[in-house]
Amino acid sequence: MKSKVFFRHVKDSLRSLRRNGWMSVAAVSAVTVTLLLVGIFMALIFNLHHISQQVENDVQVRVYIDKKTTVKQRDELKNKLKKLDHVNKVTYRSRQQELDTIIGGYGSQWRMFSGDQNPLSDVYMVKTTSPKATITVSKEAQKLDHVVDASYGGRTAKKLFNSVDLAQKWGLGFTILLLFVAVFLINNTIRITILSRSDEIRIMRLVGATNSYIRWPFLLEGAWTGLFGAILPIIVVDVGYAVVYHSFSMANGASGYSLYANMPFLFWLDLMLAGIGIVIGALGSVISMRRFLKF
Amino acid sequence: MIQMENVTKQYANGVTAIKDVNLEIQDGEFVYVIGPSGAGKSTLVKMLYHELMPTSGTIKIDSFDFSTMKPAEVPFLRRHIGIVFQDFKLLPRLTVYENVAYAMQVIEAPDAEIKDRVLEVLGLVGLEQKLRRFPDELSGGEQQRVSVARAIVNKPKVLIADEPTGNLDPQTSDEIVDILERINANSTTVIMATHNKDIVNERQHRLLEIAGGRLVRDEEGGTYGNEE
Repeated sequence: MKSKVFFRHVKDSLRSLRRNGWMSVAAVSAVTVTLLLVGIFMALIFNLHHISQQVENDVQVRVYIDKKTTVKQRDELKNKLKKLDHVNKVTYRSRQQELDTIIGGYGSQWRMFSGDQNPLSDVYMVKTTSPKATITVSKEAQKLDHVVDASYGGRTAKKLFNSVDLAQKWGLGFTILLLFVAVFLINNTIRITILSRSDEIRIMRLVGATNSYIRWPFLLEGAWTGLFGAILPIIVVDVGYAVVYHSFSMANGASGYSLYANMPFLFWLDLMLAGIGIVIGALGSVISMRRFLKF
Repeated sequence: MIQMENVTKQYANGVTAIKDVNLEIQDGEFVYVIGPSGAGKSTLVKMLYHELMPTSGTIKIDSFDFSTMKPAEVPFLRRHIGIVFQDFKLLPRLTVYENVAYAMQVIEAPDAEIKDRVLEVLGLVGLEQKLRRFPDELSGGEQQRVSVARAIVNKPKVLIADEPTGNLDPQTSDEIVDILERINANSTTVIMATHNKDIVNERQHRLLEIAGGRLVRDEEGGTYGNEE
């Protein structure tokens, strides 16, 4: 197609969008509502996945060291732990540090256990290459000398892994379902606007327009509808996300968990919303008008 | 030249609208197709611009042979002929200028050429003052003039008018046929389906009369009798 003709189609599609008045407003509004839902749920699902990964990665094996262990034996134990399969990093935490954590989390009444009264053991925090390797690493660590116990959270960690798996599967399923709903809703709206203009298509054919000549302005008009319909959801999701991100960071900063940073997350989310709107709008138009273009 | 050989059209409900019609129309002729309502005039005319296909028989318009023509060629046939409809069939969201220009845009004519030619034909039909009006801002007669302007803007060899005066008062009808005769004077073949007795009798041309789906009269300079 000549570029001159293409620009004529672009101009015609915008003019038609403008002159179709309320019909265009209705179509753009339907896209807006749908994409707003898609945008909010996408942001939610992506961040659920993001946080669940952080939680999963946070699971470590705690290796409790026998209180009678000398410093030299302790260092040997560290080396042995490092040599185990799937071990990424081994960090020492003294019994006092362990107690300080408890005091920080549960209150100053735990200070009474400071010094010689401290019933806790020194521990090695063992980070594994994958969350699920914590189970085997803890079993191997228990067999080593000077180890009182090694835990990976036991049933709690297993439950967590299952929950994360489940959340991710449901999240993916829900995302796909939501996309289908978006395709269906946007496509239906576009279809209604095309149906109302079937006479126009018929006239265009009677004056000698080829099918592709008729199709282009409708395809572009569908794409504009999708794009314009995406503007409000993009603004709402961007502003809303920035607020939620700020509040979440303030509330959960200490825990170390975080949402996706505004950039580039919002850039990709916005691009996806605009893309969904444009593609579904354009395809919806072309598919809806197919039946009017048969000879 | 337009040729119809043994053309029959039967609809899916079993009604035979056109039965075994044979006719030839030479370049530059002005032909009326007359007959009572339901006689088959519109079916005959619609077959000429490929809105309907004959059940049997062959139709040829110049180099277009309908029996061998592919669907993709239909738009090119319709660019070769101009069509004027009883209900005007204007694009409601385009202005007078844009409606006429659309017929040239589909053949990808340059903008400058479109502008000159559209203004020329709108001048010919007397609408040069109403370029920016939308169809619903015009009277029936004015809408039909736009329809005529659109039909002739690409200088077609054949102009088909299906009851062009059906929705118009006598004076406006006269003006429309005036325009069609002027177009015919420039050697465009004009085929006009009508049941307007006054026009047929006052402005005599070749007359094809359809009754019960058959061509019952083909007479040069014929008039409407007391058939109905």
